[in-house]
Amino acid sequence: MATAAAHRPPGAQAHGAEDTAVIEAYTRRFDAAVAADERIEPRDWMPDAYRATLVRQIAQHAHSEIIGMQPEANWITRAPSLRRKAILMAKVQDEAGHGLYLYSAAETLGVGRDELLDKLHSGRQKYSSIFNYPTLTWADVGAIGWLVDGAAITNQVPLCRCSYGPYARAMVRVCKEESFHQRQGYELLLALSNGTPEQHAMAQDAVDRWWWPSLMMFGPPDDESQHSAQSMEWKIKRHSNDDLRQRFVDICVPQAESLGLTLPDPDLRWNEERGEHDFGTIDWTEFWEVLKGNGPCNEQRITQRRKAHEEGAWVREAAAAHAAKHTGEQTGETGATRA
Amino acid sequence: MTHTDWPLWEVFVRSRRGLSHTHAGSLHAPDAELALRNARDLYTRRGEGVSIWVVPSAAITASSPDEKDPFFEPAADKPYRHPTFYEIPDGVKHL
Amino acid sequence: MTPPETTTPTGTAAPAGPGAPVFPTAAALALGDDALVLSHRLGEWAGHAPVLEEEVALANIALDLLGQARVLLSMAGDEDELAYLREERAFRNLQLVEQPNGDFAHTIARQLYFSTYQLLLHAELAAGDGPFAPLAAKAVKEIAYHRDHAEQWTVRLGDGTDVSHERMQRACTALWRFTGEMFQPVEGLGLDEKTLTAMESAWLDSVTGVLGRAGLTVPDGPRGGAWAAGAGRQGVHTEPFGRMLAEMQHLHRSHPGASW
Repeated sequence: MATAAAHRPPGAQAHGAEDTAVIEAYTRRFDAAVAADERIEPRDWMPDAYRATLVRQIAQHAHSEIIGMQPEANWITRAPSLRRKAILMAKVQDEAGHGLYLYSAAETLGVGRDELLDKLHSGRQKYSSIFNYPTLTWADVGAIGWLVDGAAITNQVPLCRCSYGPYARAMVRVCKEESFHQRQGYELLLALSNGTPEQHAMAQDAVDRWWWPSLMMFGPPDDESQHSAQSMEWKIKRHSNDDLRQRFVDICVPQAESLGLTLPDPDLRWNEERGEHDFGTIDWTEFWEVLKGNGPCNEQRITQRRKAHEEGAWVREAAAAHAAKHTGEQTGETGATRA
Repeated sequence: MTHTDWPLWEVFVRSRRGLSHTHAGSLHAPDAELALRNARDLYTRRGEGVSIWVVPSAAITASSPDEKDPFFEPAADKPYRHPTFYEIPDGVKHL
Repeated sequence: MTPPETTTPTGTAAPAGPGAPVFPTAAALALGDDALVLSHRLGEWAGHAPVLEEEVALANIALDLLGQARVLLSMAGDEDELAYLREERAFRNLQLVEQPNGDFAHTIARQLYFSTYQLLLHAELAAGDGPFAPLAAKAVKEIAYHRDHAEQWTVRLGDGTDVSHERMQRACTALWRFTGEMFQPVEGLGLDEKTLTAMESAWLDSVTGVLGRAGLTVPDGPRGGAWAAGAGRQGVHTEPFGRMLAEMQHLHRSHPGASW
């Protein structure tokens, strides 16, 4: 992740001069670097559209981590054992951490975190629609870990090789921590599935509700995905939505079997010829409706997020005011602090 | 932007004794003291560090990619600075 | 629903053979309940903190406390039975830690008062050779950080803006009356009157120092309850605590005998 000084891209000068020859030369250099699988770093010249795509994607990713805390935090105070309570608290904390890694990756592209949060709060930037579904029972915490985090990992592992350096590095850190999330979810569901009949039913109900929304997390089918082709070319994205979705289904089927739970899709079966599973048709109407804001929790999630931000304003102002009064006292001449 | 925006800090973590501090990422904090604490909570919550530096991002001066050639190419041109430049007869030890 | 069995504080003493020293169960419960209840309250902040960095910081503190609680409750019996199946009157935590989060200033004032006490207490226990010494030696490092976090924020809120100053002062004053209870003797903790008195004056010095640096006034109200029924250490709690437990225990109690 680079610094504020490093945010100013040299390409800006070229734009001012409107020197097409210079821009063409820069573009050639950029394309060659991407083609050679080199990483693009913050101060390198990059096409405006590449920058805009990254800002949009990284911001949406960061927002998803932050909003994604809510459905799980909903169960921290009711976790049924102290061990589960500790695990869940640590997991929700990690999500805040992931949000922070990602916001700082976005900041290397010259946008401030406050600006991104404003866009989230005003609905100008999105977060993953999956978090607009409610966590109705304790088993939902398990289903989120197993399916939602599982889908997220399938999406995110390739991002560790994304062409933009700071994003790729943030994702390495995120993925390392994310595997604990998926495992705890699986283990939670396994305990329920092997538990009392009521617990087993709770687990099955959660999987029934979360399976299809999890498949939607990979985004619309390839032929309807507006950003996919360009993102693949820029190596921001490495696999198509449908490929990743297929990979996820193939991973989940045996896992569900060993959980003793059923995936709610009568059309799900192994296709010998293709060497992968066939599965039923996704209800894309639901996907687009939830995306448009008509999901069960869209309003609730953003309202809570906005409320936390607004109610915290006086705290942030206080700390800024204190720092302003004491500038120089604490940081010393060098501005660096060690511990 | 309002005056309440907390400035950005760069975080460097020494992962264990004997290694240099390495850039871990950045974060926001109103002042250096809280920046250190936030860095501890964010970047070392799985025991990843034994020492942390925080530096205001604005205090860092970076080389420009446009200066890449004058900055770094002359160094690439001096192979005699690397031990592999020199041929040593077989059997000579401790060199 | 079958009525859950209630475990009384004295009903789950650790194994004590003939002639073996009696384990101080009541003390383990008092300290364990403090840590458990405060951890739960801090956990309520998840998703509501004033800034993302504080989400991480508050969760760190909550996790440390929950870890302490689990060790302490396990010394006294089964951690989950104790946490989930006791009634309100069987909990031995201080009333201070069960107080609702309020605004961030209230949470910070609660942290300052409690972590200052907890640090002094664990330093004392770590220095001794009683059953709590090993736990206390580890906990002291965690608590020192909690105390530092509370101090940093007390100073920033007290010295920040007019609004934050006023909120912080109000919080410090509101919680002041829950601080006297901390220095009442706890059975089995092995701290005599003299030690408790010394701890109390060290606590006052320390808190007074922080409030002074924050430009806040040390509250002058009483530090103990005027009600003879006692306080948290005697199982007498405040109204919000029952609702907190109802939420915390509901799921566990709805499935008697289940494993999670």
